[in-house]
Amino acid sequence: MKFVRLKEQLSHLLLPLSVLAVLIVINLIKGADYFSVKIINGALYGNIPNLLFGSSELVILAIGMTLVTASSRGQDISVGVVAAITSAVFVQVLLRSGDITWMTIFIGFLASCGVGILLGAFNGSLVSIFKVQPMIATLILFTAGRSISFMIDGKLSPVLANDLTSQLGGVMPGLPIQTPIILTAIFIALVALFLKTTNLRLYAETVGINEKAARLNGINPMKVQFLTFMLLGICCAVAGFIAVTKAGRHDSVNILKFIEMDAILAVAIGGNSLGGGKFSITGSIIGAYTIEMLSRTLLRLEVGTETIKAFKAVFIIILMVVASPVVREYLSRVKIRRGVGFLNGFGKKEA
Amino acid sequence: MQSDKVLEMQGICKTFPGVKALSNVNFTLRKGEVHALMGENGAGKSTLVKVMTGVYEKDAGQIEVEGKVVHFKSPQEAQNNGIGTVYQEITLCPNLTVAENMFIGRGRHAFVSWTSMNAKAAKLLESLSIPARPTQQLSSCSLAVQQMIAIARAIDMDCKILVLDEPTSSLDEDEVRKLFALMRELKSRGVGIVFITHFLDQVYEISDRITVLRNGELIGEYEAASLPQFELVSKMMGKALEDVEGLKKRETVAREDVPVFEAAGLSSSASVKPFDFAIRKGEVNGFTGLLGSGRSESVRAIYAADSVTGGEIKINGKKVKIDEPIDAMKQGIGYLPEDRKGDGIIADLSVRENIILAMQVMKGFFKPISRKQAEAFADEYVKCLSIKTASTNTPIRSLSGGNQQKVILGRWLLTHPQYLILDEPTRGIDVGTKVEIQKLVLKLAEEGVSVTFISSEIEEMLRTCSRLIVMKDGQIAGELTGESLTQKDVMHVIAGGNE
Amino acid sequence: MSSLKAPKSKEAISNSNLLFIIASVIFALMYGFAILRYPESFLQFQTFFDLFSLNAPLIILTLGLSIVMIGGGIDISVGAVTGLVTMCCAVLLESKGGSIGGAMLLALGIGLAFGLLQGFLIAYLDIQPFIITLAGMFLANGLLTTIHKDPINVSHEGFVALRDFTIVIPFLGNSNRLGNFIPLEIKLGTVVALVLILLLVVLMKWSRFGRNLYAVGGNSQSALMLGINVRKTKFMSYLLCGALSGIAGFVYIMTTGAGNVGNAAGFEMKAIAASIIGGTMLTGGVGNLFGSPIGSLTLLTINELIRAAGVNSNFQAIVSGLLLYVFIVLQSVVVWMRGSGKFKIILPAWFKFNKSN
Repeated sequence: MKFVRLKEQLSHLLLPLSVLAVLIVINLIKGADYFSVKIINGALYGNIPNLLFGSSELVILAIGMTLVTASSRGQDISVGVVAAITSAVFVQVLLRSGDITWMTIFIGFLASCGVGILLGAFNGSLVSIFKVQPMIATLILFTAGRSISFMIDGKLSPVLANDLTSQLGGVMPGLPIQTPIILTAIFIALVALFLKTTNLRLYAETVGINEKAARLNGINPMKVQFLTFMLLGICCAVAGFIAVTKAGRHDSVNILKFIEMDAILAVAIGGNSLGGGKFSITGSIIGAYTIEMLSRTLLRLEVGTETIKAFKAVFIIILMVVASPVVREYLSRVKIRRGVGFLNGFGKKEA
Repeated sequence: MQSDKVLEMQGICKTFPGVKALSNVNFTLRKGEVHALMGENGAGKSTLVKVMTGVYEKDAGQIEVEGKVVHFKSPQEAQNNGIGTVYQEITLCPNLTVAENMFIGRGRHAFVSWTSMNAKAAKLLESLSIPARPTQQLSSCSLAVQQMIAIARAIDMDCKILVLDEPTSSLDEDEVRKLFALMRELKSRGVGIVFITHFLDQVYEISDRITVLRNGELIGEYEAASLPQFELVSKMMGKALEDVEGLKKRETVAREDVPVFEAAGLSSSASVKPFDFAIRKGEVNGFTGLLGSGRSESVRAIYAADSVTGGEIKINGKKVKIDEPIDAMKQGIGYLPEDRKGDGIIADLSVRENIILAMQVMKGFFKPISRKQAEAFADEYVKCLSIKTASTNTPIRSLSGGNQQKVILGRWLLTHPQYLILDEPTRGIDVGTKVEIQKLVLKLAEEGVSVTFISSEIEEMLRTCSRLIVMKDGQIAGELTGESLTQKDVMHVIAGGNE
Repeated sequence: MSSLKAPKSKEAISNSNLLFIIASVIFALMYGFAILRYPESFLQFQTFFDLFSLNAPLIILTLGLSIVMIGGGIDISVGAVTGLVTMCCAVLLESKGGSIGGAMLLALGIGLAFGLLQGFLIAYLDIQPFIITLAGMFLANGLLTTIHKDPINVSHEGFVALRDFTIVIPFLGNSNRLGNFIPLEIKLGTVVALVLILLLVVLMKWSRFGRNLYAVGGNSQSALMLGINVRKTKFMSYLLCGALSGIAGFVYIMTTGAGNVGNAAGFEMKAIAASIIGGTMLTGGVGNLFGSPIGSLTLLTINELIRAAGVNSNFQAIVSGLLLYVFIVLQSVVVWMRGSGKFKIILPAWFKFNKSN
């Protein structure tokens, strides 16, 4: 029974996994030492560890984006901006607290989560109460957010020159894996736990598929949508936290710039419908790593950083074309014809 | 004789994934006749019409319009060949004006002349006595008027074939009379009309011939004048009439003092006038009346599916507040909605998830049911309701309508309600399942569950209900019990004071 | 029949026009306030026309985006495409064979190419517009920086002449501080924008394509049943939007005279915001094309006000966001109040007896 279930889940992930496989093959062709790792100063480095390190924020945002997309049938384009604001708050808390200890960092983190929840609630209220399309509702923060973040900064790029935060953004003494990777892993585990101990999946999927029916079965669609936005707000806070501890300073203009587009892509590559409904967090996570791997693979193939964008674009287009309903129907018709032909031939043999 | 036929369809087959909608169906339409297409919901009428009008492409068969073989790939092509259609769901654009809706998509001019379009529209509206202005936004017209505009459009396009799919569902008597006058006028002009309706008397009033479909197959083509109504019904329903004779109704209802559910002055935003209602333990009652009399709206008010605007509710004698469906659920009320596809099933979720949904919501957000237990529940109900599905993991949308309905029924049975509301549970379902559901209702009543049963088929309700509330024009027109529970009496109340 | 009462006249105004009227009123109030507060600058016609000419590209993009939005779609690649066009034109003009005509053709060509590709994928393959135009944005951005990273100043003679070309209206003008009368100067960009506004308003209101597009945006399923070629209509809207992006690119470089990687960055979001402020709804089927320039101007006027007030330029973005918020909620409320929802369930016949209006 469990094996059947595993097979089901894997079939959903066919798309992202196959793309990932192709990329790995390309990388191996380029250099067979793709999977090699080195230990520098007690920590693991190499292509794969670097990949995990670099995509931490994207993975976390993709998870939140999946939940919002599933129940609100739209995308949140303000995630990078919200992360900028929450991390600005975090930095201010730290800079104003004199001595920076683990406790102040923790308080700062909580504060940034609080702000994330508030901003998520703002977006959520527009979507669930005023019935505004998510992309339009989040356009507001997208437009104004970085300026708000800059105002919180007070001046240009406040710096976090501090041992503890650089450990958070880098390596902690004694641990062989970079902290962001560990934090991401913990986060994923927490999300999995949350999904297992609550009915979020059922509620979110139901609301996304059929809001009217959801209500008739006792679910409050408003509350569910609100919740997903607030969860995304927390994701933004965590992602912002990781980004700012990595960078050591807070640059309102450039921090996590354009990451919302990558996050949406990750959700789509993960096999999730951008129109809401059933979702797969695992798919989005794999999608996020796939996008990061795509960028890195292109870099490795010596494609210019800017041209990578163009490649990503073509990649997305091909992906979407292959997954489009029209093409899928055409392919399935071809398969049926071939299948029928096969059966006919088989029948003849029997006779 | 041959040139008499304006439309001829032969050997039409159409299959959808998992469902054979049409198998070898023939249909002919003569010039200047009104030909009724009849069958229960799910018989294939809608599919046949969609093949006729180019929405679907047939898998097999041949279509000839005025002797010429045609192959429609789009509604546009059908339109160009003189087939005008007025669908049951209004296929007009609410954001455009009345005049625009009449003329858009027609004509080859690159530019629009508003003055001439509005003038033409005004003339057309007047000639058909439609109370609307050309410059009015369509969304501000009532649905009945919108339907008339849709019909006016089809008529204006000088079609040789006019397909009317349930055109009278939201029209009152006067409007129906106007429509029929229009249809007779078109008849005299030689237009062939395909008329789909479930109102039997209308069929006999206006149709020349009747074609009956059942389960995607052609049962026969008859002259209306020589087919008695009872025979028509039996052809539509098939053998089931005998099966159903065996159902025994509860003769008396044990009258306990306190009703399980009691409502006083209940009204809702769906324009339900304040009404009183009570149901006792183990009682099966029905709401009936013409389509649009307010039956569904009334039970939706009970369940708070629409916003409740007033009234007092008592459950087992205790006053309670039911403002949201969840409140009703917590009081042990279950509701099977009329619109199965739109309000009932969660299409992409599995059979299992659909079954446990209501129960899960009642348990709360923080108490998910384990997968094992969910599967146990689902298996139990699949078995006891004989739900035909590949597995409990199949998405519910792949099931047939009847099986989907059983899943929703299972969903509510799992919550062990004390009061179950079933709104059109047998609509669009194969006859065998219909009988099963009716038997189930009686069994539930025996076990002490109160049931409200709504059906367009009075026969069904007479067989299962011990009390029938007749609705007319949004109000309760009468209540029938015991011996006065006959079809004639019900019709009488529905007809009311009108002749 | 007494039940079939003729509806009240207030229902005769469509949502499109209502939202447009609201947008116009707000713009008028805004500009009125600006005039009162800073008469020295705002009372001059020149300021108004400068606003137009400096922001002609944005206004043109807003037109294109509104058109796509009326059809129920969205195009977030327009900013990037405009930027790409400016760079390509700059490169062409600075090369040996560069000519103004060639640059114009190139601009239009690039815009059409993007419109063609995106329109085909969205209209004929049923792929979600957001993702495809997002890819388009990435593609245009990537191509832009790949082609030329550094800014190019266009020194092509004919082009510079074009850039400096102004239409002088002698009788409209203002006296400057020294008391000299300076006649009103209108730059070419303004003219292009104005001409396009007029052409497109006519297109949307009077052409078959325009009306079909409204139908498709209002209810594409119905539009199909009414015999409209939904796919082709949607495709054309994207094609048109692409062409407008190309034109906007040419106007951009004509105004600034240089190709720059940052050109038109973020314009798509501004254009969407301007469209919404101007009364176009994202859900489709609603929008008056006159509203688009009004929406853009409202946005721009506010920015100018902020600048004139000497407030921290950060506030510009915040106020834009706030304005957007107000308009979005307004749209939502107006639509809800007018009850123009979708009708899936056929209402009962007696409903009209009880309808209060």
